[in-house]
Amino acid sequence: MLIELKNVTHIYNQKQGIKALDNINLKIDEHDFIGIVGHTGSGKTTLVQMFNSLIKPTSGEIFVDGIKTTKKNVDLNRVRQIVGLVFQYPEHQLFEETVYKDVAFGPNNLKLKKDEIDKRVKVALDLAGLDFEEFKDRSPFNLSGGQQRRVAIAGVLAMRPRVLILDEPSAGLDPQGREKLKALLKRLHKNYNITIILISHRMEEITQLSNRVIVMDHGKIVLNGSPKEVFSYKEKLESLSLELPEITEILFRLRERGCDIRTDIFTVEEAVEEITKLMGSQKDAN
Amino acid sequence: MLTDITIGQYVHGNSIVHILDPRIKIIITIILITSLFLIGNFWGFAIFLVFILLIIKLSQLPVKKVLKGLKPILFLVLLTVILHIFMTRGGELLFEWKFIRIESEGLYTGTFMASRILLLIMFTSLLTLTTSPLKLTDGIEYILKPLKRFGIPASEISMMMTIALRFIPTLMEEAEKIMKAQKARGADFESGNLIQRAKNLIPLLVPLFISAFRRADELALAMESRCYQGGKERTRLHVMKIKRRDVTAMILSIALAVTVSFF
Repeated sequence: MLIELKNVTHIYNQKQGIKALDNINLKIDEHDFIGIVGHTGSGKTTLVQMFNSLIKPTSGEIFVDGIKTTKKNVDLNRVRQIVGLVFQYPEHQLFEETVYKDVAFGPNNLKLKKDEIDKRVKVALDLAGLDFEEFKDRSPFNLSGGQQRRVAIAGVLAMRPRVLILDEPSAGLDPQGREKLKALLKRLHKNYNITIILISHRMEEITQLSNRVIVMDHGKIVLNGSPKEVFSYKEKLESLSLELPEITEILFRLRERGCDIRTDIFTVEEAVEEITKLMGSQKDAN
Repeated sequence: MLTDITIGQYVHGNSIVHILDPRIKIIITIILITSLFLIGNFWGFAIFLVFILLIIKLSQLPVKKVLKGLKPILFLVLLTVILHIFMTRGGELLFEWKFIRIESEGLYTGTFMASRILLLIMFTSLLTLTTSPLKLTDGIEYILKPLKRFGIPASEISMMMTIALRFIPTLMEEAEKIMKAQKARGADFESGNLIQRAKNLIPLLVPLFISAFRRADELALAMESRCYQGGKERTRLHVMKIKRRDVTAMILSIALAVTVSFF
């Protein structure tokens, strides 16, 4: 068990008593890939900030890798090294003169040795798909938006986190940038054994990447399970004004029109197969 | 944390003091402050204090809040009193010990000055406590208008003030977000000595400035694309009108100013 939340409640505004999180119980295992969905203001961002102690809950307990982070005098640097958090529009946090210095900011704060920092920056930039030699001396402010975001993500990766949380990482990226990002997340999860928690509005991203989906509404977890389970609750999701992945939506519509078809499919390839099968069987019937 | 800081000290309300025309309120403040400097004895101050208490009552402000505003200048007041007590000479000798001499004139002038400063701050804070920053800038713009002839861009100044006020909460929010992002990378904003702390602020300040400039650029574009031109005769949504209550307030204030100054 990597992260565990027990009865976590967070009240935002003490006077008005707005509950950002309402009695959350959650366990996150090593090597999970979790997708979190929910409309704006459902508590997603607050929840993930709990994971690395940026916000402390009003009540409840949180454990990260066995450390009780809700206790006083916790070594926050250790927690934040285990759990890396990439905020929305992370490129807005860049501040150094060169890409190298910015990526090295995290490792520097961990008080690592010079050559270790050097190594980490290289690996992090490489992972993020930026050529070390080409980018290290450039100013982060002269890069394109997509490149800036990669630098910012590399800055978090250089901390070598075991859990990587990303809050809407694809917002504002073009389709090509989104694909590259997806590939990066896949690689981090598969090859580097990093547990990933992804907040996204794009259901395609969630279904294609994660093995578990958490749906939040009004500070509560309303659905929690595999993508197949969660996206079978079509009505429930629609009542929360969340949409299904496009592919799944098409299959649901076909079924509504009387086709005998599976609806727990999230990739185009599988959908093509299923639809061809259906068309074949209809031909046979004729 | 950061967002807890309130901008200005405006206390929302609908009292007669709140709804007075901001221009009138500014002018009244100027007149009465001038009179405060013309007051020659404690009777004048007493009348002035009664007047202030009356306004507080009318505006339904919490007295605590007004008194709290005096805190930052308490040191200045104390210093004034002490300096006067020990330095001003004249009148009868009240106390003598080695080189310390206190004379009645010093005690009198000290308390006199202290009362003046306290009343001054109390009264000016009433203006900011009962007038929203936006109304205040509107009022200032109007009062500065005649200076346009001498090349002072009154409406631009007021637009700048309005925008600055409008963006303070936004920037606060932004600062908090960046702070969190850097904390997630192990940044430390809380410990270290003064120089270390100032240095630690760089990862916060650089992105904050960049975002402020970006916002400014975007805002300028947005304003221009909606045909904003500084300095042109602009009409307003809330037209300020002098009502009977404003005239009454003005007359009362002038009467008070004249009375206390010649007492």
